[in-house]
Amino acid sequence: MLEIKGLRADVAEKEILKGIDLVVPTGEVHAIMGPNGSGKSTLSYVLSGRDGYEVTGGSATFEGHDLLDMEPEERAAAGVFLAFQYPVELPGVGNANFLRTALNAQRRARGESELDAVQFLKLARAEIKRLSMADDMLKRNVNVGFSGGEKKRNEVLQMAILRPKLAILDETDSGLDIDALKIVADGVNALRGPAFSALVITHYQRLLDHIVPDRVHVLADGRIIRSGGPELAHELEANGYAAVVAEAA
Amino acid sequence: MAAVAETLDTVNAVTEGGYKWGFTTDIEMDMAPKGLNEDIVRLISSRKGEPAWLLEWRLKAFASWLKMEEPDWAKVKHPPIDYQDLHYYAAPKKKPGPKSLDEVDPELLKMYEKLGIPLKERAILAGVEPPEGERPPIAIDAVFDSVSVATTFRETLAKSGVIFCPISEAVHSHPELVRQYLGSVVPVADNYFSALNSAVFSDGSFVYIPKGVRCPMELSTYFRINARNTGQFERTLIIAEDGAYVSYLEGCTAPQRDENQLHAAVVELVAMDDAQIKYSTVQNWYPGDAEGRGGIYNFVTKRGACRGARSKISWTQVETGSAITWKYPSCILQGDDSVGEFYSVAVTTNRQQADTGTKMIHIGKNTKSTIVSKGISAGRSDNTYRGLVRIMKGADGARNFTQCDSLLIGDQCGAHTVPYIESRNPTAKTEHEATTSKISDDQLFYCRSRGLSQEDAVGLIVNGFCKDVLKELPMEFAVEAQKLLAVSLEGSVG
Repeated sequence: MLEIKGLRADVAEKEILKGIDLVVPTGEVHAIMGPNGSGKSTLSYVLSGRDGYEVTGGSATFEGHDLLDMEPEERAAAGVFLAFQYPVELPGVGNANFLRTALNAQRRARGESELDAVQFLKLARAEIKRLSMADDMLKRNVNVGFSGGEKKRNEVLQMAILRPKLAILDETDSGLDIDALKIVADGVNALRGPAFSALVITHYQRLLDHIVPDRVHVLADGRIIRSGGPELAHELEANGYAAVVAEAA
Repeated sequence: MAAVAETLDTVNAVTEGGYKWGFTTDIEMDMAPKGLNEDIVRLISSRKGEPAWLLEWRLKAFASWLKMEEPDWAKVKHPPIDYQDLHYYAAPKKKPGPKSLDEVDPELLKMYEKLGIPLKERAILAGVEPPEGERPPIAIDAVFDSVSVATTFRETLAKSGVIFCPISEAVHSHPELVRQYLGSVVPVADNYFSALNSAVFSDGSFVYIPKGVRCPMELSTYFRINARNTGQFERTLIIAEDGAYVSYLEGCTAPQRDENQLHAAVVELVAMDDAQIKYSTVQNWYPGDAEGRGGIYNFVTKRGACRGARSKISWTQVETGSAITWKYPSCILQGDDSVGEFYSVAVTTNRQQADTGTKMIHIGKNTKSTIVSKGISAGRSDNTYRGLVRIMKGADGARNFTQCDSLLIGDQCGAHTVPYIESRNPTAKTEHEATTSKISDDQLFYCRSRGLSQEDAVGLIVNGFCKDVLKELPMEFAVEAQKLLAVSLEGSVG
């Protein structure tokens, strides 16, 4: 379970998060929606431990552990996964190699046995098949020469192989056509279950048609100003953020 | 794929980093007095019982060296070297040139064990066949300071007519070959350091592959500098007759000492019609400490002559060690349709300086050369690629492709690319591509968010950057090289 209390954070000495309270119970998918500049991406980076995001107050715990005190790789091993809005290219580094190295680093950190090349390929090929992705995905270099949609699909593949307990999806739907959107949504839905939670960050309702959230939160100017069920997303789509923001003010 | 995982294991295993090969071996040595003069040259020659022609050759080299000046065009800086303050000959006292491994000083055997030449490989060094499925046998010549202490698999090789022995021995057993080829690729007075080497060279490897023979195993020489205040001046000569093939690898380490030590080697390769020589180097001399104290000055002349038609010489180097590297493995493409290749990874960190590259001299028709250079700079180091592509008048249809990529880690290091292209034939084509990049915070964070430590991430990104070169190394050594890259760059980020 993810528990965020009064979380405040600065970027370049400017306060972006101004006291966030949020609880995502195990097994639930929550959506965070909000206008540009509301702090959505900052929240995802603070939770995954990126440098340059200074926490000035509050707390964030994951399964009772102080998340903010952990290195990014420790958070990953603890089961937190960030699907990037802009996935990064790693020239010369094969996707399979990258994923196996990452998976084994996490397994090592958790005191589990590592997978050898054969075991890993079996696992990876099964996931690729389940996600209806192309086999050459594993052979290509990490995100190099990938289209925008392929990059996002690669994030979902990584998530499927690394099997996090908590996935944070940072505008994974941006730049996707309808077909790609469906593949991404199917990937997330396939992981849904009593031991998996997700925080889906998005501008638009359309992703939430495919990944139906348990709860929807509206983030504006560094605070959560409203929370509700999936119907809240439809209200936002119909009336726009401005109306909700004005109403909350 | 397994290789990179292993790289990461290595990084994890080494918590403090630093140079792991820096121990010294306590062994009784036969040393020449410090200093360099004609008497020392004569002493080296007589210690080796050399024929008169070789002594004369050395003396001539010494005379030309006296008239030469140290080159100053490389982008490296060091205090003046006192050539009179060095020992020019150092050999283990007990059993110089043992005939079998049983005669090798146990201290020396212990040292090779400690050097982390893997146990399997040590079994090979001891002449024991590896179990099925293990890595293939590799013949090794082990050079310790000024002499070769052991050469393995010589009998197996001899069956196919391959000669693999210390050059000091070849002088006696195959004088006609040594005399014909020594200095024929790198003339005695080619440059300051080659002249010095020619005057005082002590040992090194000699390889001869007869006509039509494909050398049945990898050949390897392992160089170790141990003695204090000693220069190492090895000499390697490889001859591949018509249609012959050989793959040769050299590795090197040295103890961690506060003073700088000089290593000035000369390597000559000769490839006749349709012959192929693949020469790989994993250079890991002691690089000095973080403040730039100590380390090897690695001033080396390596050159291959593609004398025959359709001959091919490939240089592959992974350079991680040495305080200063000054090295330009080159190809003279004399035979028509001959091919020269240079694949290089040079890593500098802390205060290391590397000025390295190649020369491709196109003389024959339709000669081809490929240059792929990957420079990685970290800390406060300087890393320069310096290369020459020269197309001579008669080299109709010559082709060159050059790619130079630099990767910067941190903001206090330097990367420089100095390509010279001279074309005197209008039908020739040359291409040059160069890039400079940095390991970005985005890349590091992306890897870490997937569970990799900072160091694992750097290792992975650097190995990716070098992939085009590492794949040219013989398989077993590619794994070693990947580990070495990761360990060399440990602690260079963050």
